[in-house]
Amino acid sequence: MKHKIIDAKDVVIRFAGDSGDGMQLTGSLFADMSAIYGNELSTFPDYPAEIRAPHGTVSGVSGFQVHIGSQDINTPGDFCDLLVAMNPAALKANAKWCKPTAMILVDEDAFDDAGMKKAGFKTANPFEELHVEDRALIIAQITTLTKESLKDSGLDAKSIAKCKNMFTLGMACYIYSRPLEYIYKYLEKKFSKKHPEMIAPNKKVLNDGFNYAANIQAIPNTYTVAPAKLKKGLYRNMTGNQATAWGLLAASEKSHLPLFCGSYPITPATAILEELAIHKSLGAKTLQAEDEIAGICTAIGASFAGNLAVTTTSGPGLSLKSEAMGLAVMAELPLVVVDVQRGGPSTGLPTKTEQTDLFQALYGRNGECPMVVMASHSPANCFDAAFYASKIALEHMTPVLLLSEGFLGNGSEPWLIPSMSDYPEIKPPFATGVFHDSDRFKPFERDPETLVRKWAVPGMKGYEHRVGGLEKNHDGVLSTDPENHALMVAEREAKVQKIADFIPELKVEGAASGKVLIVGWGGTYGHLFSAYNVLKEDGKEVSFAHFDYIKPLPKNTEAVLSSFEKVIVCELNSGMFVNYLRGIFPGIDFKQFNKVQGQPFLVQELVDAISKEL
Amino acid sequence: MANLTFKDFKSDQEVRWCPGCGDHAVLAALQRALPKVSQALNYEKERYVVVSGIGCSSRLPYYMDTYGFHSIHGRATAISTGIKVANPTLTVWQACGDGDALAIGGNHFIHAIRRNIDINIILFNNQIYGLTKGQYSPTSKLGAITKTSPYGTIEHPFNPGSVVLGAKGTFFARSLDSELKLNEEIMTQAALHDGCSVMEMLTNCVIFNDGTHKAISDPAVRADRTIVLHHGERMIYGKNRDKGLTFDGRQIRSVTIGENGVTEDDILIHDAHSDFIGLHMALADMKDDLPVALGVIRDVKDITYDDGVREQVKDVMRNSRIHCMDDLLRSGSTWEVK
Repeated sequence: MKHKIIDAKDVVIRFAGDSGDGMQLTGSLFADMSAIYGNELSTFPDYPAEIRAPHGTVSGVSGFQVHIGSQDINTPGDFCDLLVAMNPAALKANAKWCKPTAMILVDEDAFDDAGMKKAGFKTANPFEELHVEDRALIIAQITTLTKESLKDSGLDAKSIAKCKNMFTLGMACYIYSRPLEYIYKYLEKKFSKKHPEMIAPNKKVLNDGFNYAANIQAIPNTYTVAPAKLKKGLYRNMTGNQATAWGLLAASEKSHLPLFCGSYPITPATAILEELAIHKSLGAKTLQAEDEIAGICTAIGASFAGNLAVTTTSGPGLSLKSEAMGLAVMAELPLVVVDVQRGGPSTGLPTKTEQTDLFQALYGRNGECPMVVMASHSPANCFDAAFYASKIALEHMTPVLLLSEGFLGNGSEPWLIPSMSDYPEIKPPFATGVFHDSDRFKPFERDPETLVRKWAVPGMKGYEHRVGGLEKNHDGVLSTDPENHALMVAEREAKVQKIADFIPELKVEGAASGKVLIVGWGGTYGHLFSAYNVLKEDGKEVSFAHFDYIKPLPKNTEAVLSSFEKVIVCELNSGMFVNYLRGIFPGIDFKQFNKVQGQPFLVQELVDAISKEL
Repeated sequence: MANLTFKDFKSDQEVRWCPGCGDHAVLAALQRALPKVSQALNYEKERYVVVSGIGCSSRLPYYMDTYGFHSIHGRATAISTGIKVANPTLTVWQACGDGDALAIGGNHFIHAIRRNIDINIILFNNQIYGLTKGQYSPTSKLGAITKTSPYGTIEHPFNPGSVVLGAKGTFFARSLDSELKLNEEIMTQAALHDGCSVMEMLTNCVIFNDGTHKAISDPAVRADRTIVLHHGERMIYGKNRDKGLTFDGRQIRSVTIGENGVTEDDILIHDAHSDFIGLHMALADMKDDLPVALGVIRDVKDITYDDGVREQVKDVMRNSRIHCMDDLLRSGSTWEVK
């Protein structure tokens, strides 16, 4: 067999192993290294809810998929070109994600009787059993080779066993012609302070893996993935949760208000609180509250006191915050609520992704309780989404619910670092003027154009006033007057709808009118955009529009939607956005494509579903 | 210098509590205490924020001409916490009832105490849910007959003082609604205390739980059934000022001065600043043959949460190389595409 070096446009690698095998780290290192090498990329960690699920079982398999390319990459990829399976369970859980042309790299040492039994294999040949025997199989004794590599390292057996992911990473680096320097630097940085003795062994085992792969004959071809033609500038890799945290910090700087985040740890949103907790140097205050309700209530208190106030959570936590969100609506205080959605209902699928909180975001409160609802559409976009969510909250005196997703929060992509001079100032409507004895500050007097009230914060002399959950009139005095209540209900809704004047119009990819418009919102952007591109290249008459703003909708929404014969709304729920749109635009014939499996869309299934409507 | 009077703290809103409700007197005490606090600490009026939850007593912010937040049931403590962390120069007062603080809001209450955040909590304890018209509360006496316990409650009540001190509270005081002067004094001391101050006000609900504190508040028995503690003073009480408390290391006893060779020197001196929380807990939990303790039972110094937040932010700011967003955006692992 002649060895070839193939120039690939893009490749997908899926690292899978036991939840303690270090696959998340291995995958992230491969991704970071590729980013620095200049590739476009997208990542997708897919891990179990348990920290260390039962060893060797299918339910305990942790995966990390990375898609690298020399051109635009919008998704982590449907199927992989290389599957790394550190044990039989990892193979069993992930074989279905292999392309027909895929390579499968396994640690032979883990495929003993016990391992096979734990993974539930019934025969002695796992590849045949999973119908992947025709793939290029790379069967290596990774555990043994790692032990051999490190036998003189002086490390104990447990530490040596932990290095097998580096051996595997070395092999993957050979297959995809990746330079090892970046990983060397990473290892030096990671271990230099506490465990300098771990640097050399890790480097050695990485190198040995690389050389082993080069020497064996089992690898049919190796690949290069050329650097992408990226816009010039400084880049960094960002996860969605990190980008969300930074977007909030940016809004704090641009509004000149300290950031306060009151939150309770919850998967998959916790990383936002963790990230903000680091950045006290930018004045951020984080309060790890005693529960979800205290998270939002401390934030509401901080908002009343004049901070940019934020609470971060996921679905079950959002349920707990419902009453307090109502209070923020009633008191008309700025507040950003970030919901990193996960599979539900109840505890559901904590580590998996869904878009099933949309109705809760729109309607999940008592009374008529309008809030702005926005969504982030990619890991890096989480920065802008969080920034503009804060800007709207502060300038329009309203709580804003920003929907992210587990897929975005944990996923990552390279990001062209912006300059803060690219972002607008945020100008909250602080109260001004002097009052005389008979003339008091009227907390709910509104700007006639925007219906926004003025913000007076404790400490401002002469503006003493009371807010709260009871209905009030414009003067801030309690009122159960029927007409006043009707007026205030209408004004709170109208205030939110008027924000449509301040947000971008809906953009359409492709022709502005025609046969089929693909519609999505939130974290499905990459998959939908890729499906649109596939169909377009196929000569199909399709256009694509993606919503970042859900309430209020962009002003041109009806004009865009009514320009197409068919509108297909694709989302990771049973049809929440499509039914929201149906309620607002009863004249438009909406089709829908839905998936509720706790997994992102596959580009292929979108292409198939949309093609049926063409 | 802030030169304020009680009128400055009276809002133009009509007070809507029932005639005879104990809350009126607590409000009056607060409106009289705050000018003194302002005098002592040079606080202008705009620095006061009065927060409440839901319940009869939680209407209090509307009657105070300060910044006010009438929030939702049980959450006042969390809202107060957020206000104080966001702006530590504000002085935060909170009104809440026994149901608000100890049932639906119990979690926030104990954690605010644990963190020792510098807020002043007035806990109106009338041992009943008044605004919902008469259901038992977590402080209702065992066996209390109410609308939701027509055959008597089968739950042991909380003693708020035990809850506060169990959470290692740094300030706890108790009083009766009608003790206007004592309440002014307690509120002033609470304001001077750095940390979470809890003031339990035993209030009377004339409509749904009239006379619930009568066994100690009735003028005929009050002097014998209560003891007002003052730091540094002997624990002497009684109509004739002849009773006192002693402590043998295990138990507090009530003794009569002049009987069995007991002299005034044998009577315990109240040390509200003592680190020994055990004695404060025993004092807060006196019942049966012992008088119910009023006044400031515990007032000790400890670091406060809001100071901790402020110090940590300052520290990190001083030592960090990241001073603005552009610094942060360019920090750590980045690469250049040329």
